[in-house]
Amino acid sequence: MATGTAVEVVMPQMGVSVSEGTITKWSKQVGDQVEADETLLEISTDKVDTEVPSPASGVVSEILVQEGQTVEVGTVLARIGGEAGAAAPAAEPAPAPAPEPATQEAADESEAAAAEVAEPPAQPAEPVVPSENGKSFVSPVVARIASEHGIDPSQVPGTGAGGRVTKKDIQAFIEAGPPASMKASENVAAAAPPAAPQPTLASTPSQEPQAPGEGETLEPMSAMRRGIADHMRRSLDTSAHVTSAIEVDMSKVVAIRAKLKKEYESAYGVNPTYLAFIARATVETLRDYPWVNGELRGDQIVTKNFVNLGFAVELADGKGLIVPVVRNAETLNLLGMAKAIVDIAKRARDKQLTPDDVSGGSFTITNPGGYGTFHGTPVISQPQAGILGTYAIVKRPWVITDENGADAIAIRSIMNLTLTYDHRLVDGALAGRFLRDLRQRLQTWGESDY
Amino acid sequence: MSEKTYLQAISDGLREEMRRDKRVFVLGEDVGVYGGAFKVTLGFQEEFGPWRVLDMPLSETAIMGGATGAAMMGLRPVAEMQFADFVSCAWDHLVTVAAKQRWRAGTPVPIVLRLPSGGGFSGGPFHSQNPESSFAHIPGLKCVCPATPEDAKGLITAAIEDPNPVLFFEHKHLYRRIKGEVPDERYVTPIGKARIHAEGEDVTVITWGAMVYTAEEAAKAVDASVEIVDLRTIMPWDKQAVLDSARKTSKVLVLHEDTRTGGFGGEIAATIAEEAFEDLDAPVRRLAAPDCPVPFSPVLEKAYIPQVDDVVRALKELIEY
Repeated sequence: MATGTAVEVVMPQMGVSVSEGTITKWSKQVGDQVEADETLLEISTDKVDTEVPSPASGVVSEILVQEGQTVEVGTVLARIGGEAGAAAPAAEPAPAPAPEPATQEAADESEAAAAEVAEPPAQPAEPVVPSENGKSFVSPVVARIASEHGIDPSQVPGTGAGGRVTKKDIQAFIEAGPPASMKASENVAAAAPPAAPQPTLASTPSQEPQAPGEGETLEPMSAMRRGIADHMRRSLDTSAHVTSAIEVDMSKVVAIRAKLKKEYESAYGVNPTYLAFIARATVETLRDYPWVNGELRGDQIVTKNFVNLGFAVELADGKGLIVPVVRNAETLNLLGMAKAIVDIAKRARDKQLTPDDVSGGSFTITNPGGYGTFHGTPVISQPQAGILGTYAIVKRPWVITDENGADAIAIRSIMNLTLTYDHRLVDGALAGRFLRDLRQRLQTWGESDY
Repeated sequence: MSEKTYLQAISDGLREEMRRDKRVFVLGEDVGVYGGAFKVTLGFQEEFGPWRVLDMPLSETAIMGGATGAAMMGLRPVAEMQFADFVSCAWDHLVTVAAKQRWRAGTPVPIVLRLPSGGGFSGGPFHSQNPESSFAHIPGLKCVCPATPEDAKGLITAAIEDPNPVLFFEHKHLYRRIKGEVPDERYVTPIGKARIHAEGEDVTVITWGAMVYTAEEAAKAVDASVEIVDLRTIMPWDKQAVLDSARKTSKVLVLHEDTRTGGFGGEIAATIAEEAFEDLDAPVRRLAAPDCPVPFSPVLEKAYIPQVDDVVRALKELIEY
């Protein structure tokens, strides 16, 4: 029977600016059957973590890039179907110690010190023996088979016209197994197959790999971790971070939410979270403070007639953070906002975000209050000018003034809000007024508002 | 199942469709009283009457124009050119109107144009041609070239069912020479699906029509396992079957009776080169008639139409490459 050509699975282009990705998990292994569009692997890029669906149905014949490795966009990661899988066992040299993965090998090349870890190949690849007359032409199929099996075609006895190596010749050669003299050079070939992807190291190449100390374990940084690290450092190096905080009496919001919750859940299947109320009030307030929703671009101040509102979402494994963006949040009412937040949070956790979902934000809200914290100093997501922190709502004794001007102590639901702003653009007074207006909106929330 | 000639299979398929569907009718020169130049429609006028089996004047333009109008008005004409060669007179209606109408206006144009084609009997330049590639090049037309009686019946049925103009190239040399088992019941052979005429491992011949049998004879004369792919229809054509076979054997001969330059074999060879390059162990070869009109002289005609010996030679060259 005819065997189909192998379908190559390549590192996808997850957005224009993304040039590489890290394999976080292979969902299928060599020999496994995979259906078209079924998840084949998970990758992590600077922007998003996502699942990669299989481009075709078939058996996974080769996996070329291992978990944890970072490779450029377009690099072949695996092959589905084709002859490679079936022929692979024949290509493996006998029981010689498994060579280091090609990528690791390549990575170590510059690290002379590390070289002794791997058994050095018996001898460097021999220079190609000059071809004999008539054997110089290698047909496309012979070239392909030779490259797949790491064979030098000039070593194969040819029976074609003028001694040319035919497809049958090379197939017979592979079936018969390599002669003893070939083994060494084939090992070299196997260790660095020509099809192997060019790796880039997950960690900064300039850092020496160090052995773990006693009681320590090492694990490679994921692309996301690296992205967060780079971004946080760059943000602190860029913006002049200042944080202001304000206390907000959330009693009205609490009461309205309790009322709306049933209706929203039964009618729309969505929970009106406090975050949705705060986001809604924030968007309204940003309207009056365009600089807080703006950015510095060179020596220009950029203001925007839209609010692309980012929400910091913790990923389920606790090992990452992503900031999906609700675009044109100024067009959403409370219900729309609640739905949008549920949607992006779910897609963030299911790794279904696209690069467009995580770019282009104009302001960000982070909500660490779920764990009871009452204050924080978040880092601005560049190139924005501010980030709002929301914290736990707690019942506190609170001094209120009744309509007669008399003070009394009441039990109120109080929440702290922080605005961390870039003092290069936003001054403390402006930030203070922003927080005051935001508080005012939340404290006077009417049932019919928003 | 019963054994039938290629001609009888076409006739049976056509008659069955006329019995099933009153919209189906036949028109052409001498198709009625005379029963057709090759007797494909013998007895049709008696059975279906002169309004469904129309004897037309000696004008291919009128036949094609009439068929196009009838198809646009909802009928399903099966027009016959007495010889495929004469279709050039019908070019304008076929190519300018029938082929474009569906794309231009959305109107289905369910015409079947029966084209007795091919040489091998000293018919000379006007009665021997295989002009399929000219029409395969016209978007909107389908081209069918059956090789076996079974396919002839299944494909004439498919052609009549098809809402587009379908050119049905029936090879004259096969009419009474080729017999085969044909199912008695109605069946449809899909347009666009090739048939593996013979399975093999070492070298592939891609061909259609009468050349399937030339390839079959040649395969017996070489010491190798030859796969013969009968394309059955050349527009649409079964690219996948061709590529599968090319990838399997890595050596391909494309064989056709039409002339070489601009023949459909060039399209096939180019596709293999584009899509199966890394599976090739030899250049894709074409074997076709030379670029000149079909000669009368039996000697010259033999030199012109690819013969078994020519195919054997080409196969050997590929095998030994």
